[in-house]
Amino acid sequence: MSDLAWIEAALTSARPQAIGALLRYFRDLDTAEEAFQEACLRALRSWPDKGPPRDPAAWLILVGRNAGVDTVRKLSRQQALPDEAAISDLEDAEADLAERLDGADYRDDILRLLFVCCHPDLPATQQIALALRIVSGLSVKQIARAFLVGESAMEQRITRAKARIAKADTPFEAPGPIERAERLAAVAAMIYLVFNEGYSAGPGATDARAGLADEAIRLARLLLRLFQTEPEIMGLTALILLQHARAAARFDSAGEMVLLDDQDRRLWNAGLIAEGLALIDKAMRHRRPGPYQVQAAIAALHARAAAPAETDWAQIDRLYATLERLQPSPVVTLNRAVAVSKVAGPAAALAMIEPLAPRLTGYFHFHGLKGALLLQLGQTEAARVAFGQAIALANTPAEAAHIRARLDRLLPENDAGAST
Amino acid sequence: MLYAILCYNDEASVGAWSKAEEDQVMDALWAVQEPYVQAGRMGPVARLLPTTAATTLRKNGDEPLVIDGPFAETKEQLLGFYVVDCDDLDAALALARDLAKANPGLGSYEIRPVLTHRPGTLPA
Repeated sequence: MSDLAWIEAALTSARPQAIGALLRYFRDLDTAEEAFQEACLRALRSWPDKGPPRDPAAWLILVGRNAGVDTVRKLSRQQALPDEAAISDLEDAEADLAERLDGADYRDDILRLLFVCCHPDLPATQQIALALRIVSGLSVKQIARAFLVGESAMEQRITRAKARIAKADTPFEAPGPIERAERLAAVAAMIYLVFNEGYSAGPGATDARAGLADEAIRLARLLLRLFQTEPEIMGLTALILLQHARAAARFDSAGEMVLLDDQDRRLWNAGLIAEGLALIDKAMRHRRPGPYQVQAAIAALHARAAAPAETDWAQIDRLYATLERLQPSPVVTLNRAVAVSKVAGPAAALAMIEPLAPRLTGYFHFHGLKGALLLQLGQTEAARVAFGQAIALANTPAEAAHIRARLDRLLPENDAGAST
Repeated sequence: MLYAILCYNDEASVGAWSKAEEDQVMDALWAVQEPYVQAGRMGPVARLLPTTAATTLRKNGDEPLVIDGPFAETKEQLLGFYVVDCDDLDAALALARDLAKANPGLGSYEIRPVLTHRPGTLPA
């Protein structure tokens, strides 16, 4: 790897910690970002010659803090700090300084920064855009490409989000245990949103959009490093690792969606699966189940089955029942019905989803599953109606193509039926 | 003489590598090891999952404490390691508990899942 690539990787990985600390000093997102930017420029000038510092985040915080103070001259009462040349030469002193300056605050700095981005006043789309811009450091152009909007529209979206945050009073003192737990839950939800933006994108999606899944994994691992004993954060990380592990098998070469049962399991990423399984294993020992853990446990059962026939559907059914209790939703019941159809047959599953119709009438997957179950029961005509409704509600071309292919397979049988 | 070479780095940076960067580094590392493997002088090589997947068993009187996360004390030193195939974390923890019991004094055992491993070519 070239020097530059190494430095870029180090800057990216230090970014949340550095901006989080700078936000605490300056209490203003724009100032913190500018100070970090300046520190990065100085790093690019100084690190290639001197070599990277032992603790890049501490270096960037100190240099960024000096740069920010120079720029805004807000904190004139602050004590003078050594200049960056002195710090780079004295690695031990630098580590010691960083310790004294921040110590245990790092964890809450990063959590605060993440939390600021998913402030409840912000709509989900703004939360994601802001987090990707500020925490992940993606350019406005990259984010715009990921969301298929123009650069200026995305710029506006981010500016509006920042303006809202500036008005919403963010507390800067260390959070209490209840507040910390609330922030953690909001941040976990935001990270899962980022993941789903990448995951739900079809095969024709831009690299920028598909890259969102990787970015979400990076953020989840970051959060887990900070909160090592939180089973739900283990569960969240495991869930997105296990889902992302199937990425290469989810679409065929023609770009058509491949259902779980039909996926080539050799294409699943063994490394991501190993990490996901290890994390869910760890989480379950806490005996404090939550929605992310249960969903991860379901994904783990799929990952553990070497072939579809080996899937433990009875256990998946029980886990969905748990999820229904923890987080009741018609979509959860719909997913449970898939397990029920494997364990108790399509009629039982159909009876389970029929009461959901009023609430899921606009939901693609409801009609898709209904069609599939009717087909298994031999009710071809009704199946065809359901598939037709699914196509009308498809969110992506791949979804529509998938259902259309099922309809095409249906047609000849139908004709044969009509002629006899 | 057999030597163990233990690798340390910032896992957040390494985790931020792209697939291409990752492959490039692994190829370069393999090129260094290969002559030793060919000569029958390379023992097992393991790449560990991140510390977020680690669990630590800390000896603390009668009943050892199980802590999420890696071993983080600086007062104790790394003295050795085992690589073992267990069905799950509970089984690995059970083995670590037995080791802790068989061993006098205090100390800790960090249990870290292995991502990839090669058994090596050392004669037994």
